[in-house]
Amino acid sequence: MNERLDLTFTLNGELQQAEVEPRWTLADFLREKLHKTGTHVGCEHGVCGACTVLLDGRSVRACLLLAIQVQGCDVTTVEGLSPEQGLSDLQAEFRRCHALQCGFCTPGLIVTAHALLQECPSPSREEIRDAISGNLCRCTGYVPIVDAIEATARARLMRPAKSGKPSNDDQ
Amino acid sequence: MKPPRFDYLAPSTLPEALALLASHADTAKIIAGGQSLMPALNFRLAGPALLIDLNRITELQQIRIESDGAMTVGAMTRHRTFETDAAVARHWPLLSHAVRSIAHVQIRNRGTIGGSICHADPSAEWPALCLACDAAMVLHSVRGERVVAARDFATGLFGTVLEPGEILTGIRFPAPPARASWGFEEIARRRGDFAIVGAACLIMRDDAGRCSDARLVVFGAGDRPVLAASASAALLGRGLDAPAIAAAAAAARGEIPCRSDQQASAQYRSSLVETLSARVLRQAAAMNGEHPDE
Repeated sequence: MNERLDLTFTLNGELQQAEVEPRWTLADFLREKLHKTGTHVGCEHGVCGACTVLLDGRSVRACLLLAIQVQGCDVTTVEGLSPEQGLSDLQAEFRRCHALQCGFCTPGLIVTAHALLQECPSPSREEIRDAISGNLCRCTGYVPIVDAIEATARARLMRPAKSGKPSNDDQ
Repeated sequence: MKPPRFDYLAPSTLPEALALLASHADTAKIIAGGQSLMPALNFRLAGPALLIDLNRITELQQIRIESDGAMTVGAMTRHRTFETDAAVARHWPLLSHAVRSIAHVQIRNRGTIGGSICHADPSAEWPALCLACDAAMVLHSVRGERVVAARDFATGLFGTVLEPGEILTGIRFPAPPARASWGFEEIARRRGDFAIVGAACLIMRDDAGRCSDARLVVFGAGDRPVLAASASAALLGRGLDAPAIAAAAAAARGEIPCRSDQQASAQYRSSLVETLSARVLRQAAAMNGEHPDE
């Protein structure tokens, strides 16, 4: 009963192998066992969006997934969307636009915005608002967050060669 | 806020899953997309001894459109897969459009159509859409297959006719009616929240533009989605003009029982039933180039 299970998956491009209890959520497993604490845990029932990660390229709630369910899958956290040094273009726009205060919601918003811009490189403000509707921010308000995502999209369209790639140039 | 202990199995075929469920029917729970079950586990509202995960069963993730126009949707199809399927958008635009109202993109990326239908939340879109389209649920167990019409599937708040050992494997939609127009709208306090009340309609016309068949469905009002039979009947033989729409919306308000909860009073819901019924009927009219006044 409740034996640990073998889990093999890819995290931010690196193969990971671990033993997991069936009841561990992906969010807790990432934070507590793999020490990837960029994925934040807020509500733990799928409402706040702070734990948003990419599962095979699609944004999902890590608190509503069991770790064992990512067997064989490709998981990307905010760490995987950040360059080794400095900030990605999206992160730099969040800073420039004051799109964060306490920063608790920021990793989830970065992951969600990244997924949006992959699918839709030139979203309208309305499309941005719709895409981030599942990410709650309690301090900054959403206007600067929408500004940052919109500015990133515009800048990428001006520089198509660097589209979507983390870069150190915007520091 | 952590799930209780349980065992976990992820079969890769339907027969394996059915056999597992048959031998653990009292203690096992099926997990599909998990977007309702995982919160329930985290809150410890659910405590199964065994979780049987259907996510590895690829045969349940397919959307098939037959040559006669009927469509079968695998129960494990994710909302977002359905939403972004170009063939579905051409075939059943009502469904394609309405699915965008389900929660947020992160939930739609993981949640499944079958999971939503089996969870039977009265405010959920899929059970209402299945009712509007006169769909049928395909259920499997080790005993075989049975098919249940959408109108007979829900038994009340979070209740369905699914029996122990049964798995919803697919949803059969009939061919979309020729020259059908439709409408869909819901009211929620915030974008992506469960609807307080929602409505969907599917209107068929004869050559003279009169309604030859109408299916108006309201959800979120009571303990399950309801086909507003009197309202639908009130439209038959009439054009979708302002008086016909007003009469149908009033009939819907009269026939649909509404509940009170922390979201809204029964009185407010009742008012929404009439307002949203009128709005979706006006949308259907606008699709035919008609713009009846409010």
